[in-house]
Amino acid sequence: MADHKISRRTLLTGTAAAGALSLTGFPARAEVNWKKYAGTKLEVILAKGPRGDNLQKYVKEFTELTGIEVESEQIPEQQQRQKCVIELTSGRPSFDVVHLSYHVQKRQFEKAGWLADLTPYMKDPTLTAPDLVESDFSAAGLQYAKNDKGQMLSLPWSVDYFILYYNKELFQKKGVAVPKTLDEMVAAAEKLTDPKEGIYGFVGRGLRNANMTLWTNFFLDYGGEFLDAKGNILTDGPEAIAATKLYQTLLTKVAPPGVAGFNWMESMASFTQGRSAMWIDGVGWAPPLEDPAASRVVGKVGYTVVPAGPKGQYSATYGDGIGIAAASKNKEAAYLLCQWIVSKKQGARLLQAGGGVPFRNSILNDAEVQSGVKMPKEWLQSVIDSGKISKLGLPVVIPVAEFRDIVGAALTATLSGADPAAELKKANDQFRPILERSEKA
Amino acid sequence: MRPPSYWPFVIPALVVVLAIIIFPWVFTIWMSLNEWKVGSPTTFVGVSNYLRLTGDPRFIEAIGHTLVYTVLSVLLPLVFGTFAAVVFHQKFAGRGFLRGIFIMPMMATPVAIALVWTMMFHPQLGVLNYLLSLVGIPAQLWVFHPATVIPSLVLVETWQWTPLVMLIVLGGLAAIPTEPYESAQIDGASLWQVFRFITLPLIMPFLFIAGMIRMIDAVKSFDVIFAITQGGPGSASETINIYLYSVAFTYYDLGYGSAIAVVFFLLIVLLAAVMLYARQRMLWTEIASDA
Repeated sequence: MADHKISRRTLLTGTAAAGALSLTGFPARAEVNWKKYAGTKLEVILAKGPRGDNLQKYVKEFTELTGIEVESEQIPEQQQRQKCVIELTSGRPSFDVVHLSYHVQKRQFEKAGWLADLTPYMKDPTLTAPDLVESDFSAAGLQYAKNDKGQMLSLPWSVDYFILYYNKELFQKKGVAVPKTLDEMVAAAEKLTDPKEGIYGFVGRGLRNANMTLWTNFFLDYGGEFLDAKGNILTDGPEAIAATKLYQTLLTKVAPPGVAGFNWMESMASFTQGRSAMWIDGVGWAPPLEDPAASRVVGKVGYTVVPAGPKGQYSATYGDGIGIAAASKNKEAAYLLCQWIVSKKQGARLLQAGGGVPFRNSILNDAEVQSGVKMPKEWLQSVIDSGKISKLGLPVVIPVAEFRDIVGAALTATLSGADPAAELKKANDQFRPILERSEKA
Repeated sequence: MRPPSYWPFVIPALVVVLAIIIFPWVFTIWMSLNEWKVGSPTTFVGVSNYLRLTGDPRFIEAIGHTLVYTVLSVLLPLVFGTFAAVVFHQKFAGRGFLRGIFIMPMMATPVAIALVWTMMFHPQLGVLNYLLSLVGIPAQLWVFHPATVIPSLVLVETWQWTPLVMLIVLGGLAAIPTEPYESAQIDGASLWQVFRFITLPLIMPFLFIAGMIRMIDAVKSFDVIFAITQGGPGSASETINIYLYSVAFTYYDLGYGSAIAVVFFLLIVLLAAVMLYARQRMLWTEIASDA
């Protein structure tokens, strides 16, 4: 590609500069010609949330550094996904840089060829600071960002691990130990449940579609794999049935009534009001749990990894990335922005506010960054520990939404007493043709 | 004689109608005959999307949910709205003020109130269960159980739209002459008889209008259901609209989504035809009783 051919001279100056810098220990920034695209104007489309806030709050620093103007808009997640897909399909998107949700959109974006390949930029020292190397991203991040040809199609931005939140006060009152295995968790939840007091041992997502993110964590712990080597879906096997039985037990025996309709919001409400003793969900909820204006359990929340199952211990992992539309005319400038978004400084800010967890190990493991984290130390520890047992929480297929809806509905049905094996079989029969159709197309 | 020369004036309106009504419809029908997934090429598949609909349990269930939801959220506001109108038609102190209070729900944004109701419905923390507990009724699951979800959503709909029916019926009541009431009084008719044989027939045309407006709103209802349950638990409150939205904008299956839209359209045409037929018959009865 003509766009990023490097002349011999730039390469030589680059190498010389790099050599000089490594001697002085000067910050990496000087190597990259940040000002090269000054005056360019970029459009960014973001999903609403702490990641978008973190970008918009500090984006002036990027403009000062590069002279590149950035226009960005935050749209609620679901609508943002739709808008992106519609605009990218049209071939002329209104944005250069796109915030994508890997667990929903990875396969779809790859197959449609909507994202620019960032691999050549990452190899170009005039565009990439030396601290930004592939190996700094966690395995899950690389798995998400790369296609099957090994091209980097986006930069991993923020990871979401599922963790176990628990109410220390309720645990203490009943003399219950923090569970290490799923079986212990069920036993603990039974002890903690006291319907007369309106207190339940466990709460989690029961609402169709949303519930899949919780269930898959159990599925992984029972040794489940989503797809076989030929790409067939495997969510009606013995692992899935065992995971569903656990899910059914937890949500019908020791969870608040009505949990079949709970999304994260209702679950969080129950937990923050001290009415549920345990909650498994994404790692990003610490700020509201520790906010005295919204929570009655401030300072009483314990954070730990999701307990182990019979076939292993995993943290179901989801994540966001930042990529460049293949149709963008300002790819190099956009790449500088993406790089800044996942930079150490921005990542540290995100982590310290509890708004997200960077995929980059150099940020997570930095003692100085860690000491600035405003959330409890246990929370940070659960993040670091989850990183070690992270595994993708959803199959990487195009019809993820259908998968979540169909299997999710089967799970919800088991909460009204339906048989797990029969429901999963039915769901699989319904989903298989959809998957085949989408892969064939 | 020169032919009439006013036809060029019709063109702007014709163009607009073609562009924003006729073209989208023809295009939707065409899309429904294609396998069209966003990001993949389209292929013509004839009526296979429609055949797929006949064997799609979610779609068939959605039709049932739509009908139940519509019938309940037309009937309940009509009953309560008529009752409220009769009450507010009486003269009593503070009537204007209370009327004002009564129509307030109608002025609220549906999505905003839906979010408030979601928390009010919360089985552990919601205020509704607290209120029930005060009078000794056990906690309910409201929108969090498949069996009670549709009635609970209808409760929100009824709360919000009863005032509209009341306003329309109040207008009707104001137009009724007083003579029939006077003669009924002389004949010694009971309150119920007065309502059943005088008020109700006279406000029937207004009730009909209110019912029509409610039906249109209820069939196309989306915001409240989507904001509160997103069609759940399971798919217990998934109406055709909600399912259509999922298929078209979450699964990006535009061909299949279009087929649903076409069938949904036919269903609405059918409902409208039934309503028009009923109105025709009613007019006929009115004329007949006049004769």
